[in-house]
Amino acid sequence: MFVRGLKRKCFDGEEDIEGTLAGIKAIPSYNLQRQSLLDMSLVKLQLCHMLVEPNLCRSVLIANTVRQIQEEMTQDGTWQMINTQSTGQASLDRLVSTDILCRSSREQAEGKHVPGYSTFSKDFEGNQAQDSSETMSTASSVQAPRNLQSDVWEMENPQENKGNFQKSLDQIFETLENKSPNSVEDLFSEVDNSYYDLDTMLTGMMSNTKMGHCDGLETFSSPTTTPSNSNCKSDLNELDHIVEILVES
Amino acid sequence: VSFSPADIISTVEFNHTGELLATGDKGGRVVIFQREQESKNQPHRRGEYNVYSTFQSHEPEFDYLKSLEIEEKINKIRWLPQQNAAYFLLSTNDKTVKLWKVSERDKRPEGYNLKDEDGRLRDPSMITMLRVPVLRPMDLMVEATPRRVFANAHTYHINSISVNSDYETYMSADDLRINLWNFEITNQSFNIVDIKPANMEELTEVITAAEFHPHHCNTFVYSSSKGTIRLCDMRTSALCDRHAKFFEEPEDPSNRSFFSEIISSISDVKFSHSGRYIMTRDYLTVKVWDLNMENRPIETYQVHDYLRSKLCSLYENDCIFDKFECVWNGSDSVIMTGSYNNFFRMFDRNTKRDVTLEASRENSKPRAILKPRKVCVGGKRRKDEISVDSLDFSKKILHTAWHPSENIIAVAATNNLYIFQDKVN
Repeated sequence: MFVRGLKRKCFDGEEDIEGTLAGIKAIPSYNLQRQSLLDMSLVKLQLCHMLVEPNLCRSVLIANTVRQIQEEMTQDGTWQMINTQSTGQASLDRLVSTDILCRSSREQAEGKHVPGYSTFSKDFEGNQAQDSSETMSTASSVQAPRNLQSDVWEMENPQENKGNFQKSLDQIFETLENKSPNSVEDLFSEVDNSYYDLDTMLTGMMSNTKMGHCDGLETFSSPTTTPSNSNCKSDLNELDHIVEILVES
Repeated sequence: VSFSPADIISTVEFNHTGELLATGDKGGRVVIFQREQESKNQPHRRGEYNVYSTFQSHEPEFDYLKSLEIEEKINKIRWLPQQNAAYFLLSTNDKTVKLWKVSERDKRPEGYNLKDEDGRLRDPSMITMLRVPVLRPMDLMVEATPRRVFANAHTYHINSISVNSDYETYMSADDLRINLWNFEITNQSFNIVDIKPANMEELTEVITAAEFHPHHCNTFVYSSSKGTIRLCDMRTSALCDRHAKFFEEPEDPSNRSFFSEIISSISDVKFSHSGRYIMTRDYLTVKVWDLNMENRPIETYQVHDYLRSKLCSLYENDCIFDKFECVWNGSDSVIMTGSYNNFFRMFDRNTKRDVTLEASRENSKPRAILKPRKVCVGGKRRKDEISVDSLDFSKKILHTAWHPSENIIAVAATNNLYIFQDKVN
């Protein structure tokens, strides 16, 4: 189940930094790391409602992490900026462009030639060398270059793609934040058709960003090749399960 | 080596004398071990533990309303102090607590008037004389019978049970509520803590563990997923929503990350035998608190700080949510807790020395002395050391127990139980 011997995963343990452009490939930017963590957390919450009964403590801790990231992104201006570009209803056509968005993120992580990007990464890398602990904690030190990163983000990605992704993310947050007064596990256990698309997208996104800087990680359970199939199958299994019960009783 | 997931040990607990050791597993079974009487004839078999009784405590259930399974996994076992020849213990899964009576039978009555030796009724007209049945010895039989079933009181998953020092009541705690029970009454319980918000979207904190004070029957503590401990006094009000004491350590701003809250979540809380201290376990540390000092712990021990730089990976593979337990030794001078790679750690509070040991068949022959282990944290790795990247995160020691008065420990490593004793001489 778990890989014996954790190699360099996500953004842990940057011991192999070479300190040049080659090294930049190995260090995703803070925003990308944060985004990756956000995506991972959302997928974890989605997976919750397919299990026996979601572990409430785990769900609450993950939800708190998501809120924390959201708050920081709001303070950043990253969140609002993306929100204002929201173009309306997400549709299946737009999912294709979301895939382009994902690919663009990965290309970014690999340090495609973008004006100003290399400067930013070098600054960040400098911070990295000093601070051997969790990279996420050096938030204050990356304050200055972050605007640059936002510009870069804007340059690389078509605005409409970002808007659509953000709209879907909002859907998840809406459900997390305000909906029914019922118990949290009901919240997580609802099978909502709109999430079907979101699952596909997020799973695809996870696999893309994962391949960008989490080499060799085998522990994450969602399949990378046919995410839509797997979600469909588990929905079907749930349905089978329910039908079985109804028939038996 | 393959084994059934049902064999995974989920709880370990010595009784109050240390004569019995109970384990619960994922398959809902309880296995009780009994310590052999020491005999002068066989001094080398110094108090070994052998299987005494095995029984199925809980069965899997299905909640039709929610369309969800209720696992039969035994979350906790707690012994009652012995009051007669029989032993009593509480065992619980996610929803139901049961009181079990474990008793011995080594005699059986023979010579009934109305039935013959096979139990068949005799024809009354064939009975020509009366006799008094006598008790004759038989092979020892240990039987476990469920005496009480405390059900339907928990909406959320039970994480703790604790027997009160009055021996008449006990409490059960789930993610959001704590209930007080009387052993004699199964159809009602008192709710003494309720942290469920009116609006569930406002939920940001859950109860993770709870325990009664060992001597004061009105006092208990409960820990939370935000790293806080609340001490409550049941005399102040029926619903103990307002704590008498609130223990929280201020956050270290230099260590702040998105994982700070998760690793501060307390997975276990235990009173010392003296009742003067509490010990808490969070993901990376064990802390000892003085009941008289709420603003910070008096001692902090690093269990596996080398994992601090791996938190993202551990979040990804869910290991960061593992709930490790912690235990005191009989004199409250040493504390013990588990880690990964089948390692467990002991900290001597007086000498400030600590040791890492491994529970595995390959590394320890029976009666061999355990060799201390060391994790190498970067740089050159010595011959006997193991590097952080080689640790096996699927081999986690979550449950351990310490004999109440002697240096005997029980360590659960997945589906195996290890019992270690102090070497004689």
